[in-house]
Amino acid sequence: MRMLVVCCFLLLSAALPQTALAKISAFACEPEWASLLSELGGKEVSVYQATSPKQDPHRVEARPSLVARMRSADIVVCSGSDLEIGWLPVLLQSAGNSKVQPGQPGHFMASEFVERIDVPEKVDRSMGDVHPYGNPHVHLDPRNLAVIADALSQRLATIDPDRAAVYADRNAAFQTRWSESIKRWEREASGLKGLKIVTYHRDSAYLGNWLGMTLTITIEPKPGIPPSANHLAKLLKELDAEPADLIIRMAYNEPKAPAWLHDRTGIPLAELPYTVGGTKQAKDLFTLFDDTISRLRQATGR
Amino acid sequence: MFRNIPAAMAAFFLSFPAGAEEMDDAEVSELRERVRQLEERLDAQEAQDSQVAATTSSEKTDGSAQPVGNAFNPAISLIIDAKYRHLELDPDTYQIGGFVPAGGHGGEDEHGHGAGPGERGFSLDETELTISGNVDPYWSGYFTAGLSDGEIEIEEAWIQNSGYFPGVIAKAGRFFSGVGYINEQHPHAWDFADAPLVQQAFYGGNLGDDGIQLRYVAPTPLFLEFGVEAGRGESFPGSERNQNGANAGAAFVHLGGDVGFSNSYRIGASYRETTATEREYDDEDSTGAEIENVFSDLKSKTWGIDFVWKWAPNGDPSARNFKFQAEYYQRTEDGQLGYDLDDTTGNFAQEGTYSSDQSGWYAQAVYQFMPRWRVGVRYDLLDSGTIDYGPVMDGSISRDDLQLLRAHDPERTTVMIDFSSSEFARFRLQYAQDKSRFDETDDQIIFQYIVSLGAHGAHRF
Repeated sequence: MRMLVVCCFLLLSAALPQTALAKISAFACEPEWASLLSELGGKEVSVYQATSPKQDPHRVEARPSLVARMRSADIVVCSGSDLEIGWLPVLLQSAGNSKVQPGQPGHFMASEFVERIDVPEKVDRSMGDVHPYGNPHVHLDPRNLAVIADALSQRLATIDPDRAAVYADRNAAFQTRWSESIKRWEREASGLKGLKIVTYHRDSAYLGNWLGMTLTITIEPKPGIPPSANHLAKLLKELDAEPADLIIRMAYNEPKAPAWLHDRTGIPLAELPYTVGGTKQAKDLFTLFDDTISRLRQATGR
Repeated sequence: MFRNIPAAMAAFFLSFPAGAEEMDDAEVSELRERVRQLEERLDAQEAQDSQVAATTSSEKTDGSAQPVGNAFNPAISLIIDAKYRHLELDPDTYQIGGFVPAGGHGGEDEHGHGAGPGERGFSLDETELTISGNVDPYWSGYFTAGLSDGEIEIEEAWIQNSGYFPGVIAKAGRFFSGVGYINEQHPHAWDFADAPLVQQAFYGGNLGDDGIQLRYVAPTPLFLEFGVEAGRGESFPGSERNQNGANAGAAFVHLGGDVGFSNSYRIGASYRETTATEREYDDEDSTGAEIENVFSDLKSKTWGIDFVWKWAPNGDPSARNFKFQAEYYQRTEDGQLGYDLDDTTGNFAQEGTYSSDQSGWYAQAVYQFMPRWRVGVRYDLLDSGTIDYGPVMDGSISRDDLQLLRAHDPERTTVMIDFSSSEFARFRLQYAQDKSRFDETDDQIIFQYIVSLGAHGAHRF
């Protein structure tokens, strides 16, 4: 017992000096927010990215390493709207960090700053793992990211007022580049308007909304429930009756069912990065959309 | 509509050419000025209107306005855990040979959570009701009751502050102790239908206590956590007592981290001390007669180590994942044991010092080989170790007069397969070959289903 206490103090005294770092430390739930934090914070913010682009953000374990990182975070940036309901609350409870609790400036849920789509009229578990606060995959509409960048930049300034000017400058530069890029992407993607698309999960809803593509069929029968053979056969019939133009698979989606549908129907399949790092080409937020649009155009030939 | 009256009036005046010729320049400029003012008011009004419209339309899409989350109400969840058991041997004869039973006697566990194989046939063991939420900006609260026929047991009811002091998590109330790995998990989160043997023998299932707990998470990139607990110590191996202060204390340390994107682990060590007075248990003497023995002034010390390793390709457990966990406990008990209580006189046939040193461990592996389907295997082994009792050593009674405490190494091998139709429902088939009893082997087949209604809290690592 006494040994344990002595050990505690030794380890503590070894660990404490690390908190004296001047940089603010950010915990990003998903790669897109890590990337946005780097755009807005530059060298002033050290960013920890909690999940890899190949991970389904709905289903992440509340691993000890994540608790440790959340313990020292000044700000936590996540999608919110219950996307991380399976793991974020445990991390918040286990980390002992009051700065990042809900209601604090260090708690930043990106989807709360934009208009969400797919808000259900009624929520029931028979509908699968639905998100009562609407579709949380907001980052695939770049116009949302512009709004979120403004809010996040202000939030960084609240947490770290000494560098408020730096954050404002970086945001202004980002916004200029971003709005120019949006114009370019919209021009490049103008041929995609009106496409009927099949997706695995409704994680491309905002992308579709932005580019004027219509999501007709989701491969999952219900959110979070993998398709059975029967369900896939039913989808084949539906696609026969009302063909779609494109099947979209995000990098973290289960690959087999979309590939099977593509083989059977001949409908082109686009494998999209979903987030930064989802493909080799998607190295940051700009290249994420460059690559997404080029893959969409390549698949459809438009 | 009525807000546009000034505009309508302005239009009305302007469309009124009659008499305009008679007006002089002063009058015209005065009218022009009034029209300008009206137009300004109209513009302002219109801007306000569109703002109002904007807020109403965003309310329509903003989830917070939906009556879905019961924002100010606590989250409520109900877990139904039902089983069908086929047990070769009568569960009333169940005992973990070589070990003092947690509930005082062998046989099936009345509370249906933890010790013993449970009832034969169909049974609804325990329905778990959990209510949790934030109390105020400082405290969150959590309550779990286990409901079974004619009984409500409060399993956990606590408040917690996370981070008022950096890294410190303070908990008070009744809670499952932080010792070991599986102890903090409710039965519905276990990977098998029953608790490891060592957990049953040493703690009688989940070890819960009334008291306080302090955890400290170190600000290190590697997960490092220390915890201490002080409590009432009423649950086994402690006993009820009428005394000020804390009767039980525990300390634990956890270390965890990742290896690459796909692997993560947690290692833990724990120590717990408690005392017991008048802790009774039922035994048989060498003639097979039933006797009641009572411990007093007993100090019980348990230490343990626990280890869990999880693998998921690229950290995504949805398609395939693997989990290995193992725990080892050792317990020493020192005190007095009264042998064969005479109920009428309140005297013992024998009394003397008692000391024991026992241990046990389990290891299990669970593999999800495709979405929704998992298989698992578990091995349990206990070592009854050494038991020294005064009257046995001086020859007053023989070792066989403590039938239950004869030397035995209980052993059990379990395999299971389960299917989850969603995150909220799991169906499991389990087979165990159980050598807990001294001479007989029990074949146990359990079919179990666990479903969760309402808010479902996130699971810990």
